[in-house]
Amino acid sequence: MNAFFAVVARDLRLAFRRKAEVLSGLFFFVVVAALFPLAIGPEAVTLRHIGPGVLWVGALLASMLTLPRLFENDWRDGSLEHLVLSPHPLGLLVLGKILAHWLVSGLPLVALAPLLGLQFDLPSDALGMLALSLLLGTPVLSCIGAIGAALTLGVRGGGVLIALLVLPLFVPVLVFGAGAVEALSSGLGAQAHVSILLAMLLPAVFFSPWACSAALRIALE
Amino acid sequence: MSQLQAIALSCERGGRPLFAPQSFTLNPGQAMQIEGDNGSGKTSLLRMVCGLAPTASGEVRWGGQAIAEVRHAFSRDLLYLGHSLGLKDELSALENLQTASVLAGHPVSHPQALQALQSQGLEARAHLPLRVLSQGQKRRVALARLQLSKARLWVLDEPFVALDTLAVHALQQVLRNHLQQDGLLLFTSHQAVDLGSAVLPWRLGR
Repeated sequence: MNAFFAVVARDLRLAFRRKAEVLSGLFFFVVVAALFPLAIGPEAVTLRHIGPGVLWVGALLASMLTLPRLFENDWRDGSLEHLVLSPHPLGLLVLGKILAHWLVSGLPLVALAPLLGLQFDLPSDALGMLALSLLLGTPVLSCIGAIGAALTLGVRGGGVLIALLVLPLFVPVLVFGAGAVEALSSGLGAQAHVSILLAMLLPAVFFSPWACSAALRIALE
Repeated sequence: MSQLQAIALSCERGGRPLFAPQSFTLNPGQAMQIEGDNGSGKTSLLRMVCGLAPTASGEVRWGGQAIAEVRHAFSRDLLYLGHSLGLKDELSALENLQTASVLAGHPVSHPQALQALQSQGLEARAHLPLRVLSQGQKRRVALARLQLSKARLWVLDEPFVALDTLAVHALQQVLRNHLQQDGLLLFTSHQAVDLGSAVLPWRLGR
């Protein structure tokens, strides 16, 4: 368990010393969310209607921006070899890397989304649901994205390949994430959507480190 | 009983064998220097011994058992230092050492890490991010890892590259100590290394 926290601490420390990489995704999210209301016009009904979808798409693309670097730096400087050769289970260490990645690239999106949602005139209960759906959905994105990042490690043009690999898998998360806010606004209740997001989160957290480990071992051969 | 055995290890690159099947045994207190021309497969051999690269044929045994079966015990006993040092440029030497030691399964304390850096002549730079250090100094940080290591088997790929004369002597001393404490050492080097009588030269060729 110590090794797990060591990996999390190391990756967080690295993220804070390479702020530009972390901030690029966040900045992208803010820009996208800020430009849409300007382009569409001040019609409150329209904005309220598209708000959850736009914010979710923005968050999804923003979290994808930082994915290619999840394992690449470790691979380049040889630390990945040390992770693989460590006596600790590789899956646990990879889970630590995914958690650190989510903490710096997913959690800030969750915190910012309600603020940006104000531009879309979303009511307060919808803002709360938006944050909740992102809180459950962005870790799924990180877990699935990590598999894509591990599979494309060392491949030229890996960034595009990751998008091709993981975007189809992101779709259900997007549908139920944005759908949760929609369902709440229309009075249907979002409980079913939240349950499904949770049902996606648990297997993703469980299987992703395992799949990543297998892909990383192959990448190092 | 820690004994490293390689049994008919061979390696293929692009469908062609890189070297003839290699078999050797390394006992505690012994070192083996692998020599060979550029591209003769020295690094590949070391990576196969560590279990990083798949073997085309043959197997590696640690204490008489295939390393795939005793992976946990083997990785606790193994320290591998490759061409890329596995150090983070953004972290300080001290942070690098401490993280590496936790990951290797033998955590070291702050004073221990500091002392290891001191013996490499890096105490003044212990807290600087690694990117401001020179190539040789980075190598020394990696070698400080050796001093802190409790691993029985050291697998070092070109450990003497980019070191000045003084550092080469210091490293030889560290390696000699390791061998005296019944450690095992497998390394590649193009230069002659003075480690006493315990070194078996091993020539890689087709």
